[in-house]
Amino acid sequence: MPWTKILIEQQEPGFDEHAGQDVRKLTFPQALREAMDQALDRDERVFVMGQGVDDPMGMFGTTLDLHKKYGGQRVFDTPLSENGLTGVAVGAAIAGARPVYVHNRPDFLLLAMDQIVNHASKWSFMFGGHVNCPLVIRAVIGRGWGSAAQHSQSLHGLFMHIPGLKLVMPSTAYDAKGLLITSIADDNPVIFIEHRWLYKHESHVPEELYSIPFGKGIVRRQGKDATVVGISYMVIEALRAAEKLAEDGYEIEVIDLRTLKPLDEEIVLQSVEKTGRLVIADTDWVTGGAGAEIAAMVAQKGFNHIKAPIKRVGWPDVPIPASYVLENAFYPGAEDIINAVRRIAK
Amino acid sequence: MTDHSGIPTEILLKLYVIISKIRRVELRIESLYHEDEMKTPVHLCLGQEAISAGVCATLQTDDYVFSNHRSHGHYIAKGGDLPAMIAELYCKETGCSRGRGGSMHLVDTSVGLLGSSSIVGGGIPLAVGAALASVLRGDGRVTVVFFGDGASEEGVLYESMNFAALKKLPVVFVCENNFYSVCSHQTARQANNDISMRPRAFEMPSSRVDGVDVIDVFRKTMDAVNRTRSGKGPSFLECRAYRWRGHAGAGDNLKSQYRKLDEWDQWMTRDPLQEYEKALVAGNILTEKKKKQITETIDKEIDEAFSFAQASPLPNEKEVTKYLYS
Repeated sequence: MPWTKILIEQQEPGFDEHAGQDVRKLTFPQALREAMDQALDRDERVFVMGQGVDDPMGMFGTTLDLHKKYGGQRVFDTPLSENGLTGVAVGAAIAGARPVYVHNRPDFLLLAMDQIVNHASKWSFMFGGHVNCPLVIRAVIGRGWGSAAQHSQSLHGLFMHIPGLKLVMPSTAYDAKGLLITSIADDNPVIFIEHRWLYKHESHVPEELYSIPFGKGIVRRQGKDATVVGISYMVIEALRAAEKLAEDGYEIEVIDLRTLKPLDEEIVLQSVEKTGRLVIADTDWVTGGAGAEIAAMVAQKGFNHIKAPIKRVGWPDVPIPASYVLENAFYPGAEDIINAVRRIAK
Repeated sequence: MTDHSGIPTEILLKLYVIISKIRRVELRIESLYHEDEMKTPVHLCLGQEAISAGVCATLQTDDYVFSNHRSHGHYIAKGGDLPAMIAELYCKETGCSRGRGGSMHLVDTSVGLLGSSSIVGGGIPLAVGAALASVLRGDGRVTVVFFGDGASEEGVLYESMNFAALKKLPVVFVCENNFYSVCSHQTARQANNDISMRPRAFEMPSSRVDGVDVIDVFRKTMDAVNRTRSGKGPSFLECRAYRWRGHAGAGDNLKSQYRKLDEWDQWMTRDPLQEYEKALVAGNILTEKKKKQITETIDKEIDEAFSFAQASPLPNEKEVTKYLYS
């Protein structure tokens, strides 16, 4: 198997948004492109499809010129038929290929929910394990510049609800590469959700192929006064909040879950055992979302550790507005995390 | 009935065996369904047997077939393991889907049956995707997808036909028009009842087929399969036959409330098995002796499949989460 001899790394060396160390660095989209390139190179069953993957913008650079290297049969543009083409990807996966279907925005995945939820997620179970569906669906959350209600949704809460899917949300370039490799090598359908605001992020990315195991979160910053669990871009906001809170003497532990399905329950419970306080910061609506699931998990399994109410930082229950004034009011950030921590920390 | 001259006797008899087998399996299921031991909604294909038989007889063992909720005929015609199918209807661990799928989700990867979707039209893009995988591998396989007249109202069919035609994929779309979606007639649902004209918008060859006439099904499918296997792209067949039973379960208690009875009477004069049998007897291909022999062999096979299924163990309740992930 082409995926058996990959270096497995769990800990990202030297995560630092603004680090000046002398290591090889890539931006988030460069790291994704490198992962796709190396996957295409390693495994001939892998192919990449999506609207605009072979255009001059190459999906924000993440697929740039891959069609020139691997040909139009393995890297190809798709019609605007999200449900049909998701079904095509699922069918190809069932028949032994390893498709990566790239979408500009998660909003468009709503058109493909029948194939994702009714088909991809159920094919292994429904047929008693006789068939499987090794499929990766990538989508990039938008934010700002008036992108508004239908170009800024995150929607991972919907996917987290569905058994049979895996759900990956990287927040660093290093993780983006390692987790995309793991996703492509996985034998199950994986929803891989990126955030456009992470695309400027640069971090150390080794050139060699490496894989980050699913279900393993990472402590981005050690602390003892409160735990902040961040999802996707909110990990960055959490780190900013922790830096500011440190000025007032609070030591905040920041956890990056990296995958929501499977969820690293242990890393959250261990941290909460130490801090007794939990804030969950998400890039999605609070109601019925990933934060609710994590909070419920801690209430069930870590009730004795909790010394204050669990706080959730996320979107209010309205669609995303266009006006920048309203965008500012809508999106939570480091300040909201700071306020939440201050309300529950000593 | 279309002339069968030129088709080897061996194939003609095989078609007869398959139609008979589907017919007799469906009748057996129906006769035992009242026992409530097959605890899964069955969708019988009585009246439509010639479509499964005629289409699948043109395929090789490793060609792919995607099916739908009315899946029994496709499974049998493609060569799926009968005891495993019946065990699936009994929701047993020995079922083809280990009791996780039921009647609507039959699978047998050893003969290219990669699964069936009970979401109307859901299997159509899967077939196109399997055909795409075949092209990437260059394995020469053809994929067939069966769906109904109801699925011809789903947008995903048109998305799938467009992409298959665009990429010239080796897939044959087989629409089984049995005129009913549950109790709703095609004329109540479709602005233009000629389903076979729609693929032409994608410059895809398309034919209307007499789905009661197995030779018509066989010949037209053979043309489509040969064409697509040689790299000329997809084809579409609208096979018309009548659903003899209700949408699901045994019999059709509501028949008089939603069918026009003159329509019913007219279709009842056309039995795919009887018509074919008559033609084979007239052509000296089938004798009474041979017919009896075939019937007995099938019935023995069915007896054994039911005995196997009934005696098989149920799934272990501790394994309710098994097979979620691969």
